[in-house]
Amino acid sequence: MLLNPSILALLVVSATVLLLIALASIFALRVIRHWDIHSGSELQLQLERRTYLISTLVAYCFLAELVALLLFIYNAEQMSSQFVGAMCATGVLNINAYGWPVLYLKIGLFFAGAAWLTLNRVDNQAFDYPLVRVKYALLLSLLPLVAAEFALLLAFFLNMDPDVITSCCGSLFTPEGKGVAAEISGIAPADALALLGASALLVTGAGLHHLRSGRGALLFAGSNLAALLIALIAIVSCIALYIYEHPHHHCPFCILKGGHGFMGYYLYIPLFLATALALGSGIIAPFRNRPSLAGIIPAVSRRHTLGALASLLIFYLVAGYAILRSNLSMLTVWW
Amino acid sequence: MSSALRKQRYLLDYTLSSLARRPGKNLGLLLVYTLIVFMLASVMLFTHALRSEAVAILQESPEIIVQRLVAGRHDLIPAHYLRKMGHIRGVLERKGRLWGYFFDPAVKANYTLMVPDEAQPAADEIEIGATIAATRGVGLGDIISLRSADNRPFSFRVSGILDADSQLVSADLILLSEATFRDFFAIPEGLYTDLVLRVRNPRELRTIAEKLILLLPDTRPILRDEVLRTYDAIFSWRQGIVFVLMAGAVLAFVIFAWDKASGLSGEERKEIGVLKALGWETADVIRMKFWEGAVVSLLAFLLGYLLAYAHVFYTSAALFEPVLKGWAVLYPEFAPIPYIDLLQIATLFIFTVFPYTVATIIPIWRAAITDPDLVMR
Repeated sequence: MLLNPSILALLVVSATVLLLIALASIFALRVIRHWDIHSGSELQLQLERRTYLISTLVAYCFLAELVALLLFIYNAEQMSSQFVGAMCATGVLNINAYGWPVLYLKIGLFFAGAAWLTLNRVDNQAFDYPLVRVKYALLLSLLPLVAAEFALLLAFFLNMDPDVITSCCGSLFTPEGKGVAAEISGIAPADALALLGASALLVTGAGLHHLRSGRGALLFAGSNLAALLIALIAIVSCIALYIYEHPHHHCPFCILKGGHGFMGYYLYIPLFLATALALGSGIIAPFRNRPSLAGIIPAVSRRHTLGALASLLIFYLVAGYAILRSNLSMLTVWW
Repeated sequence: MSSALRKQRYLLDYTLSSLARRPGKNLGLLLVYTLIVFMLASVMLFTHALRSEAVAILQESPEIIVQRLVAGRHDLIPAHYLRKMGHIRGVLERKGRLWGYFFDPAVKANYTLMVPDEAQPAADEIEIGATIAATRGVGLGDIISLRSADNRPFSFRVSGILDADSQLVSADLILLSEATFRDFFAIPEGLYTDLVLRVRNPRELRTIAEKLILLLPDTRPILRDEVLRTYDAIFSWRQGIVFVLMAGAVLAFVIFAWDKASGLSGEERKEIGVLKALGWETADVIRMKFWEGAVVSLLAFLLGYLLAYAHVFYTSAALFEPVLKGWAVLYPEFAPIPYIDLLQIATLFIFTVFPYTVATIIPIWRAAITDPDLVMR
């Protein structure tokens, strides 16, 4: 175990969030069993009061998780100097079997949290809490995720062995290797950019359609998720190469380094923000016909869609800027 | 401005005026909070400065150092090992080094004596580090006399005061010529303290080290990267230990914050009652309290961080120096290079603001659900 302040901080956040979500889950069970908005009983009054506490708790938890996600990546980046063979976060995440699952779980939790908070916000705006059971049932389903995240994080940090020679991004993200990372790196840049363009058209179309007709929020959320995946593929197979100005360096983490102008943050933050907003708009869509939500959901969904489209636009502009500004020219090779 | 933003602005405005109405109560909290941030931030900034100092020093050091071991102890290495090792592909340059330590009873301190590669001083001259010059009270052209290994007095004229980029290296350093060094320590010709190898390509380092072990089985190669990694790990670890020790203080602070937040005075309770009677909702009161926490946290964080910055970079972390740096009589007076790191700030944030926020959620909620008629009756 490496006793490093950032590791301690990450563990503290994860443990605290687990504790708070566990507390919230106990309350969630009570709500699911006893909630009755028409009752004037002492219990119902207590439950109603307590929902404020739980919403605040969960909101803080997910905010902390967001900070922890950034800290986790940044910490992995910094720890790369302590392991033989690691040159960026990739090497550190490779140090044992838990690194990548923790990262995926953290990203998953970020999206789940964003979706839950949207649901919560919509529900709190309606006078009769129409979604209270749905949202607390969803909260219960988040508990195993949070618990798994804590367990994996602990396992990741406890099993860090500085003697292990890990592999750097250069050997993982290479078209000749095996596995998903290698497959993605092997995609031709032209194909990746074409896919990126197609996904941009699809998601913009879906978004505009949703804005105009008020329908198709699920389609928009789905296409946004697809756009996120394709964007990540495009970053690995093409955009990152232009940022590094190197035709064979595919790493999705080295772009977060200061030496490359922190371009990674300008790419990832709008991209993930867009998906989080779109997922929020998708998760509330099935409830838009509830009478007390009929006036609320379309407005919220509209705002989210506008926000998501704007964020995506920023992402595409940054990606385009990265490619156009680059000194790397592959005119006769790739294009 | 959109109405949502305007609402938050009014809430913030109200919060500020309400904080200003009770300066005494909040000042105590702010003081403790600032102190906690200050302590943790000082540790972080200082260890980071030490680490970057180590990295800066090692940047210039050779890629591989070969030491001979006799019965598990570091011993002088014969010069013919250079021939024995032969030409290893990838090694640009190999040579022997002469250096050692000398205890000076006059100031009860250890000096590091070293023979420089180039521009060796004349036989009876030395160049000394600034700290030695200050401790012995000598300047350029003055004479220093030292007693050698076989108790012969040696007199040296100071021909230069070293001003290296990093005080950590040069503080206790004495440079002298090879012949004088051998005479002074009674080291015969043909022996070196260790051998150094320069390697251009970092990827070849491990292979070269393996070849060295095969060719010269009684030696150990030390890679610069290995040293750097160890420094990195050690400084992180020291920092972690201090943080664990400070966990008690953070916990005490959390309890203090919890207590402060739950111990609302009758007047405050009444205020919340009035607000709710005026039409504020529970969520609004929570929001207002959230802003209160944000203002206090931000203020404490900024103040604490700035104080820590001044402490570390202007006074060289006078409070923690001995613990984190280690100590020696001739310790270098080094001014750390100011550096602010995002990771540090995020970590610090999680160690201070996060516990404070978690500790105050429940008391805030308790206050916010107060019924107006209950408190105003």
